Amino acid sequence: MSSRYDRAITVFSPDGHLFQVEYAQEAVKKGSTAVGVRGKDIVVLGVEKKAVAKLQEDRTVRKIALLDDHVALAFAGLTADARILINRARIECQSHKLTVEDPVTIEYITRYIAQLKQKYTQSNGRRPFGLSALIIGYDDGPHLYQTDPSGTYHEWKANAIGRSAKTVREFLEKHYTDEVAGDDKECIKLTLKALLEVVQTGGKNVELAIMKNGQPLKMIDSDEIDKYLAEIEKEKEEEAEKKKAKK
Amino acid sequence: MALADVCGIKQNQFSLSGSAFRSDTSELFRDVEVGSNNFSMPFNFDPVENLQQFQQQDSKVKIHFDHGTTTLAFKFKHGVVVAVDSRATAGPYIASQTVKKVIEINPYLLGTMAGGAADCSYWERVLAKQCRIYELRNKERISVAAASKLLANMVYNYKGMGLSMGTMICGWDKKGPGLYYVDSDGERLTNNLFSVGSGSVYAYGVLDSGYKWDLSVKEALDLGQRAIYHATFRDAYSGGVVNLYHMKETGWEFISRTDTAELHYKFQDEKKK
Repeated sequence: MSSRYDRAITVFSPDGHLFQVEYAQEAVKKGSTAVGVRGKDIVVLGVEKKAVAKLQEDRTVRKIALLDDHVALAFAGLTADARILINRARIECQSHKLTVEDPVTIEYITRYIAQLKQKYTQSNGRRPFGLSALIIGYDDGPHLYQTDPSGTYHEWKANAIGRSAKTVREFLEKHYTDEVAGDDKECIKLTLKALLEVVQTGGKNVELAIMKNGQPLKMIDSDEIDKYLAEIEKEKEEEAEKKKAKK
Repeated sequence: MALADVCGIKQNQFSLSGSAFRSDTSELFRDVEVGSNNFSMPFNFDPVENLQQFQQQDSKVKIHFDHGTTTLAFKFKHGVVVAVDSRATAGPYIASQTVKKVIEINPYLLGTMAGGAADCSYWERVLAKQCRIYELRNKERISVAAASKLLANMVYNYKGMGLSMGTMICGWDKKGPGLYYVDSDGERLTNNLFSVGSGSVYAYGVLDSGYKWDLSVKEALDLGQRAIYHATFRDAYSGGVVNLYHMKETGWEFISRTDTAELHYKFQDEKKK
């Protein structure tokens, strides 16, 4: 309709790029890191907790959001954009339950979020969402999905988004084995180790959440995180000693 | 639309009178262009008001909806048995003895027809389209619960506007055999056993006395056939042939079409023994 025509902001460049989408991906790279690891019976989400100002109240859960009893989401990028997406996804989870009488599959809700993101890359006068999301959950098995501002989504065994995501992903590629996947504790430790590549050591700087079949999302409190960190430290020392012994 | 602009028609003139539908005015044209589940309505037309003249007792143009039928379906250990009669009546006149009252929505979903034949077959065809789209999008079959809910929600939009439909949606999905009763009042129920139509009272009697979850396939099919026969025996508006279907894990199977006259003599002989 001629009266409603608006100049679109996301248009193709002469060489086929959507620059607004690419700039959105740059915004994601500035966000704080999030890591996801999928094991055989567990899915782990770890996020970097940015240090809060002295006078600011430290709210524990901000970056890991629950979408339904069996789905959780962590994001990297614009927090305000994430709030909107999370709200819409939460409503869709319930709406799906109402019309189909079944909880959403992780693939379905990921597809919904991805479709929403894509819509905003093709709309009049709107900019894309500036965030990537890691979606974990359980339907017939554990799943980990990642979406990005362009609206594509993929399933991963382990992935990282946000600041230094490439470094973390390379670390995960080196250390993710089927053996690790088979053991819950090893998955948690792998997530922590991956985060520690880019984050300062200490239980106060990371937030960890796990999801197991039939159980609600469990946030690991900082004492337990410190215990895992101590274990990781011990293992590192043992490795270093072995190397010395060989020499 | 360009034509609308040329003619100088302002968009607000074409607002739908029923606010149950979308308020965006361009939606009116989309229904015509694309072909959706909803109907385009003429300007200044309220279906509920207009329908009154066809529904009042003393009206000269009263439409008489025929609910003369017997349909039944029940779940048991080995699936769902669906049995229907095949008579269509217009008052005392038997219009047809060979009506297909089971609608094959897709290879694993069946719907029965009671009430307005056009309403049943149209909406169940729309349901078939929605089920197929669901299957393509989600790479798995739709559950019976979801399919029946889709139908119930579609029909609820037209509540009070004169639709007449009493259908049973039968299928087999991940949760096992499924049976839902859906009607044009927006009712949606699930149970192990349903019968719908003017002859349902007679069918219930026979069904309730013979029903068990652990029936064998042969016993269950016989029960279904027997119940329809007894209903056609006593109800003037049911008759013709008994169409029998069996819903299994692998999908539905058409079992038999038996003339009620044949069944009459068969059961008569049984009694003599």
